[in-house]
Amino acid sequence: MKKHDQNERDLKAIDTNTGIASIFLLVALAFLLSRGILPAWLIRIPEALVPPLAVWLDLIFNFIKDDLHLIDLTRAISGGLEVLLDITANLLYGRNRWPKLGPIPWAAVCASFVVLAYYLGGLRLALLALVTFVWTALIGQWKIAMQTMSVLTLAAPFAVLIGLGLGITAWKFRTFDKSIRPILSVLQTLPFFTYLLPAVIFFKVGPTAGAVATIMFAVPPMILMTTLGLRKVSTEIVEAGHMSGCTRWQMLRRVYIPAARTEILVGVNQVIMLCLAMVVLTAFIGMPGLGAKLLAMMGSFKIGRSFEIGITIVLFAIMLDRMSKAWVMKQPVHFDRGTQWWHRHKYFLLSLLAFVFFLLLSQLIPILAEVTRKQSFSQGKEIDKIIKGFLAIDSIKNTTEWLRWFLNVKVLIPFRNSLLWIPTPAFILIIMGLGWYLAGKKEALIAGLFFTIVAITGWWDRSVITLYTVISAVVLATFIGIPLGILAARSTKWSSRILLACDTAQTFPSFIYLIPAIMLFGVNDVAVVFSILIFAAVPLTRYTIEGLRGVPPEMVEAADMSGATRFQKLLTVQLPLALPTMGVGFNQAINFAFFMVIIAAFIGTQDLGQELQRTLAGTELGKNFVLGMNVSLMALSFDFIITKWTETRKQALGLG
Amino acid sequence: MAKKPVISARNVWKIFGANPKKYLSQISADYSFDQIKEDGYIAGVKDVSIDVHKGEMLVIMGLSGSGKSTLVRCLSRLHDITGGTISVDNQDIMSLTEKELIELRRSKMGMVFQSFGLLPHRTVLENVAFPLEMRGQDKYTRRERALEVIRLVGLEGREEYFPRELSGGQQQRVGIARSLAIEPDIWFLDEPFSALDPLIRREMQVEFLRLQGLLGKTIVFITHDFDEALRLADRIAIMKDGMIEQCSTPDQIVLNPATEYVRKFTEEVEKARVVNVEAIMEPTGKPRSSKNALYGNKKLRDVAKILASDTREFIPVKDTDDKLIGQINRKKALDIVFGE
Repeated sequence: MKKHDQNERDLKAIDTNTGIASIFLLVALAFLLSRGILPAWLIRIPEALVPPLAVWLDLIFNFIKDDLHLIDLTRAISGGLEVLLDITANLLYGRNRWPKLGPIPWAAVCASFVVLAYYLGGLRLALLALVTFVWTALIGQWKIAMQTMSVLTLAAPFAVLIGLGLGITAWKFRTFDKSIRPILSVLQTLPFFTYLLPAVIFFKVGPTAGAVATIMFAVPPMILMTTLGLRKVSTEIVEAGHMSGCTRWQMLRRVYIPAARTEILVGVNQVIMLCLAMVVLTAFIGMPGLGAKLLAMMGSFKIGRSFEIGITIVLFAIMLDRMSKAWVMKQPVHFDRGTQWWHRHKYFLLSLLAFVFFLLLSQLIPILAEVTRKQSFSQGKEIDKIIKGFLAIDSIKNTTEWLRWFLNVKVLIPFRNSLLWIPTPAFILIIMGLGWYLAGKKEALIAGLFFTIVAITGWWDRSVITLYTVISAVVLATFIGIPLGILAARSTKWSSRILLACDTAQTFPSFIYLIPAIMLFGVNDVAVVFSILIFAAVPLTRYTIEGLRGVPPEMVEAADMSGATRFQKLLTVQLPLALPTMGVGFNQAINFAFFMVIIAAFIGTQDLGQELQRTLAGTELGKNFVLGMNVSLMALSFDFIITKWTETRKQALGLG
Repeated sequence: MAKKPVISARNVWKIFGANPKKYLSQISADYSFDQIKEDGYIAGVKDVSIDVHKGEMLVIMGLSGSGKSTLVRCLSRLHDITGGTISVDNQDIMSLTEKELIELRRSKMGMVFQSFGLLPHRTVLENVAFPLEMRGQDKYTRRERALEVIRLVGLEGREEYFPRELSGGQQQRVGIARSLAIEPDIWFLDEPFSALDPLIRREMQVEFLRLQGLLGKTIVFITHDFDEALRLADRIAIMKDGMIEQCSTPDQIVLNPATEYVRKFTEEVEKARVVNVEAIMEPTGKPRSSKNALYGNKKLRDVAKILASDTREFIPVKDTDDKLIGQINRKKALDIVFGE
C-alpha cells in the first residue's frame, strides 16, 4: 500500500517536472526570439562583471605554496621520488644514475615477463607478452618504452598503496567517506591538464612531476574499489573472523583484505591502465617516453612512425590489462602434501632462471641486449608511403575530402555558430529545462548553478566551443555505436566478439585515437571530432549490446508469442528495456568526450583545452584551475542528470 | 536439572533502527512486533529469556525472519543487545571489554555458519588452524591440532585444498572442524545444513550426532527445519516475530503445543516418530507381569508392531536395565501411532 502511494507520488512528480521543464524552455525560447532586441549584457556577461578568479586563486596558491611552505614539503617528496625514479630509470633504460647497473638487456626482461604471463594466463598470454616485447625491441623503441615504464613501475604501486590506505580509511569512517566522495567525482572529471600544471609547479618538470600527476590521476578508482570490496565481504566471513577471536588488526589483515581480493585487484588493474594513459600524456610536460615520441611524430606528420609507436602503446596496454585481469581471475590451486618447495614455486624460479639465462646470453649476443638504430626493423618511411599512397587513391581521397567538407561546412560550423549565437541566460535555461525534464529539481538546479559559474568565470565562448565539440562528437558517435550495438546483439557470437573489441579498445590510452583521425583528416576540427567520435562510440556500442542482451528472456519470448516481428520486438520491447543501460553508456561517452576534447587541443582547437595547454608553459596556476573547473563543472552537470535519469528509468521498469 | 546453566539469557531485546536504546526505554514489553515495525524499528529479539545447560543441545526453530539467527548472534555477542542480560558461565557478556570478549571466543566458543564463512584464500588446513593462529599458537602445534580435527570430521587427504575446490558438504565439514579447533565449551550452529542438498543434509546430521556423542558439547543449534529439530534436539525453542513461543522437549511440543502457532507446526509431524514410550507412560499401582515389556526410551513408531499385536489394555514399560517403571495405555498409544 505504502509502495503504491510512493509510486503515485513519483508519477505526479514526473508530471510537475515536465511542466516546470517546459516553462524553462519557453522562457529560453522567448530569449532566443527576442535576441535582436536584447541588451548586450543579457547576451553575454559583461567583461566588467567577470571577477578575477584566476588572480584570487593565484593568491591563495601562492599563500599555500610559499607562506605555508608547502613547496618545501613537496620538493622534499620530489627529492625522494627522484631517487627512486633514478633507480628504475637506470635499471630499465640505463640512465646514468645510481646504481649504474642498467640497462637490463631487453631479452632478459622479456623472458621473465613471458614466464610470468604464462603463469597468470597460459600460452595465449605468454604469446601476447612475447609479441609485445619482441616488437618493441625490434622496432627500435625499447628505450622510449622503458622511459615510460620506468615511471609506471613506480607510479602504479604508489597509487595502489595510497588508494588502499585511503580506501580503508573511507570504509572505516563514514564521515571521511562522505567528505571525499564529491572530491573524487570532481577529480575523475577534471581534465588531465589540470593535474599536470600543479605537478610541475610543486614537483619540478620531467619524470618526477609526471609520476606525481600519474599517481594523483590513478588513485580515485583504487579508493572506490577498495571501499566497495571491503563493504562486500560477506557477513558470515566477518562473523567467522570475530568468532575465531580476531583482534581489529587481525580482522583487517587476515580477513577483510584477503576476502576483498577480487575488488582490490580490479582496482589495481584500473590503476595500471590509468597510469599508462596518464604517463603517455605527461609528454605535454616534457616527460620523455612513448608519449613524447608520439607527440613529436604526429606534430611533424610522420604518420608511419606515429603508427608504429601507436602499435607499441596499444600492445603494452593490452598486455598490461590482460595480465592484471588474469591476476584477478587467478584462483589458488592446491598442491598435494609433501610437494617440494621448488615445485610450489616453479614459475617464480623459472622466471628467475630465464632472466639470468638471457642476461648472460646477451653478453655473448649483443642484439639480445640492445637493438641499435641500424638493426631496428622500423619501416616508418615505407608505412608513410603506403598510407599516403592509400589515402591518395582517388576514391578514398574524394570520400575523406567530401566527408571533411560536409562535416565542416554543413554540420560542425553551423552547429557551433548557432550554439555561440544563443544568449548565455537562454543557454543556461535550456540546460536547466532539459535537466528538470530528464532528472528532476535537484539535478536541474545543480546544472544551472554549475553553468552559471562557468559563465561568470568569463570563459563562456571557449566553454561553449568545448561543449559543441563534445555534443557533436557524441551525437555522431550514437549513429555508429547504437546501430553497431543493435546488430551485434542479435547473435551471441557477435556480441561477445564486439564486446571483446570494445574492452580492448577501452584499454588504449586516449592519445592513440588521435592517430587515425589525423591520418584521415589532417590537422583540423574534423579530426578532433573524429577522434572523440571513435573514442566515444566504444562505450555506446558496448552498453547497447549489454542493454539489449540483458533484457529478460521471458519478455522477449512473450513478444515472440504475441507475434511481433523482429523490428516490432526491437522497437517495443528490447530498446525500451535496454534504454537505462544505454543511458549509462551515453554518460560514459560524454565523459570520455570531455576527456578527449582537451587532449585534442594539441591538434589546434579553440576551446578550453587550448587555453589549458597554454598555461602549461607558464605558472598561471589560477587560470589553469579555473579552466579545469569549467570542464569539470560541465561534465559533472551531464553526469548528474544522466545518472539520475538512468536510475529513475531502471526503477520505473522494475529492473532494480 | 540442578546444574547451573552455561548460557543464561534474561529479558533479552535486540531492536534494529535509528536509536534502538532510546526507543526501547519508551515502549512496554507487550508492544507487538507490528506496532514496533510501524514506528520504524525491527524487533529482532523480543523479551527472550532462556537457559542452556551444560551438555545440552538446544535447538532454536523458526521460519526465516523469526529472529533465531539474531538471537544466536546475541548469545555470541556478534550483536550487542539492546536490553536485558546474557551471561555465559556467570559472566555478563555485555560487560566484557573487547579484549576479554576476544579471549572468551578464543577459548570457549565455536560457531558454524549457514554459508560456511570460509576464508577463500586459505587452504582447508589454514582455515581450520585460523582460530589457533589468531590466539598465537605456534605453527607446529596448530598444524597438529588442525590435522586432528580434520581427521575427526573425515576430511583427511583434503588438507591442502582450497574451499572452492570442495563440495558444499565438504566445505561445511571444514566449517565444523574450524569451530572445533579450539575445543570450545559452547558450540553455536547457525543453520549449518540448510545450504546442503537433502541427501547430504541427512548424512551430515548423522555425522553431527556422532560428533556430539563423542564430544558432548553444550550446543545451540539453529534450524528452520522442524524435522531436523525433532531429530537432534534435547529441547526445542520455537520462535516467531522475535519471541519464543514455546521451549520444551520434542515430546512435549508435539503432544502439548503451547500456542496455535506451535500446533500448526506439529500438525504435519508423524508424532509416533517423535514421542517416546516414556512420554505417555503412567505409573503402575502394583507391578503386574513384566512379560513382553517395552523399553521406555523407544519411539512409539518403533514399537508399533508390538502395540498392534499385543492385545492387553495396559502394556508394561521397562528401562534400559530391564527394571519395570510403568505402563502405557495401548489405545492411547495406538491413537498416536495412527495419528487420530
